Amino acid sequence: MFEYKDFLIEVEKFPLNVGPTHPSTHGVLRVLVQLDGEVVVNAEPIIGYLHTSMEKYAEFRTYHQAETITDRMDYVSGASNNLGYILTVEKLCGVKAPKRAEYVRVILAEFTRIASHLVWLGTHAVDLGALTEFFYCFREREYILDIIETVTGARLTPSFYRVGGLAKDFPKEFVEKSKKFIKTFPDRISEYEALLTKNKIWLERTRNLGIISAEDAIDFALTGPSLRGSGVKYDIRKANPYSSYEDFDFEIPVGDRGDVYDRYLVRMEEMRQSTRIIGQAIDNIPEGEYLSYDEYPSYVIPPKKRALTTMEGMISLFKYGMEGIKPPKGEAYHSIENPRGELGYYMVSDGSGFPYRMRVRPPSFCNISALNAMAKGHLLADLIAIMGSVDILLGEVDR
Amino acid sequence: MGIEEHLGDNILSTSLDKIVSWGRKWSIWPATFGLACCAIEMMTVASSRYDYDRLGLIFRSTPRQADLLIVSGRVSYKMAPMVKRIYDQMPNPKWVIAMGDCASSGGLFNVYSIVQGVDRIIPVDVYVPGCPPRPEALLYGIVKLQEKIEKGTIKHEQPPVVLK
Repeated sequence: MFEYKDFLIEVEKFPLNVGPTHPSTHGVLRVLVQLDGEVVVNAEPIIGYLHTSMEKYAEFRTYHQAETITDRMDYVSGASNNLGYILTVEKLCGVKAPKRAEYVRVILAEFTRIASHLVWLGTHAVDLGALTEFFYCFREREYILDIIETVTGARLTPSFYRVGGLAKDFPKEFVEKSKKFIKTFPDRISEYEALLTKNKIWLERTRNLGIISAEDAIDFALTGPSLRGSGVKYDIRKANPYSSYEDFDFEIPVGDRGDVYDRYLVRMEEMRQSTRIIGQAIDNIPEGEYLSYDEYPSYVIPPKKRALTTMEGMISLFKYGMEGIKPPKGEAYHSIENPRGELGYYMVSDGSGFPYRMRVRPPSFCNISALNAMAKGHLLADLIAIMGSVDILLGEVDR
Repeated sequence: MGIEEHLGDNILSTSLDKIVSWGRKWSIWPATFGLACCAIEMMTVASSRYDYDRLGLIFRSTPRQADLLIVSGRVSYKMAPMVKRIYDQMPNPKWVIAMGDCASSGGLFNVYSIVQGVDRIIPVDVYVPGCPPRPEALLYGIVKLQEKIEKGTIKHEQPPVVLK
C-alpha cells in the first residue's frame, strides 16, 4: 500500500522577488525570498535602491547646510534627525543650547515621533487589510504637521535647529495648538486601538509572528520598538538623557513575547508617552534666549533681531553666512532615540568650515538585518506583516 | 491598447475626442509606486484631508491597471531600470507626473548615484516643483494633467506642461 509521504515530491526552493516596487515594502526594499511551497526558507533583504550618497555629499556642505540633508534621510521624522545631527555638531564645538531651545526641540522631536508612528500604523494596517486605520491616522497626522509648520515653516523637512539653539523663537499659536492637540489625542489613540487591539483578524495575523528573543535582538543590534517589543528596557532617552529629557516623567513600554503584536502594542503606548512628554514640556517652557550667542559667540549665530540692530551681530551673521562655523579639530559621536531606534551621528572635523567625514548609524539599517531571522518558517503572506512591524525606512537604510 | 488603434483618420475620431478625453480625465488611476520623501506626501493626498478620490483617482497596485505614474522621489541609477520597466508595463494611454525636485531635475542631490531628472529615462507630462511639494501642489499638478488630457486628441500626443 502507498502511504501519504510516497506522493510527496522533492521540489527545489522557489526564488521570489518581493520588491523593489511592491506596495508593502514601504519604499524600494527588495527581499529575495526562497520559498518551500508557501513557507519562507530564507528572506534576504537587498538594499541600495535609494542610495543618495548623503554622507559624501555632506562633506561639500557647511555644517548648517548639511543639516538639510539629514531630514531627507528619515523623511517621516525630520525634526528627530535634525536633532541628532545638531547635538553631534554641538558636542564637536562644545556648545550647549539654552533651556528654552532644548524644550522646543523635545516637543518637536516628540511630535515627529507621534507622526512617524501614525504613518507606520496606517501603512501597516493597510498592508494587513485594515484600510480604515489609514484614514484615521492621517487625519491626526495632518494636525501634527500643521503644528510643526507653524513653528518651522515646513511639513516634512524642518531644518529648524541651529548650533546652540533654534532658527527663531516659536510663535504664540504653537502653545495653544499643541495644548489643544494633546488634549484630544489620547482619545484618538483609543479609537485606533478599538479597531485593532482586540480584533480577531488582527490578532490572528500578528500574534506569534516574527518572534525574536531578547538575546537575539541584542545580537542583531536592534534598537527602538523592535528591541523593546522583545522585553529589553532600553531607551536612550532614559539611559543617556540628552536635550533635557531628564526633566520629564515618562515610562518605557516593553513587550514580553517579541512578536509583531508586541511591537504594535509598544508603539501604541509610546504615542501615549510622547503625548505626556509634550504636555509636560509645553507647560514648562522656560523664558529666556533661544540661542546661546552670548556664551559661545564664535560658534552660535546671532539672533536675527540682534543681527539687524547691532554692528557686531551683523558682522558675525555675515561671517557665518559666508564661511559657516568652524569647529575645532576632533571627532564626536552622539546618538538619540529616533522613532525607529538609535540614530547616531559620527562627525570628524579638520578645523575647516566643512565636515571632514559624516557617518550615520541609522536604526533601520540595523533593524532590517534581523528580517531573515524573524521571517524564517513563516508563510509568505506573514512576511508582509513582519516587514511592516520592523518599521523600516529605505531613505535611512540606503542614505 | 487605447481606442485610437481601432480608428482610422475620419470624421468619427474628431467627434469622439471630446467624450473619450472627458472619460479619461475623470478616471486617472495612478500606480502605487513610492520612492522617497514625496511618497509620504503622495500618501497624504490619498488621505482624508485632501482626498483625491473626488478627482477620480484610485491607487492601483499593479502598473498593468494604471494610467498614471507619479515618480515620487529621487531615482537612483540602481532603481532607474525598474522605473522604466514599470512605465513600459503600463498600457497606453499613460501619463507621468514628476513629483518633486529630485524627480524633475535631480534637485538637491547632484551626486553620482542619482539620475538627474526622471525625464532622462521616461517622458514626463507634468513637473511638480517643491522639496517635497505640498499635497496641494500635487493636487494642482493632477488638475493640470486633467486639463492636458481634456485638450488632447485620441490621435496625437501633447507637449509636456510645466507648472509656474
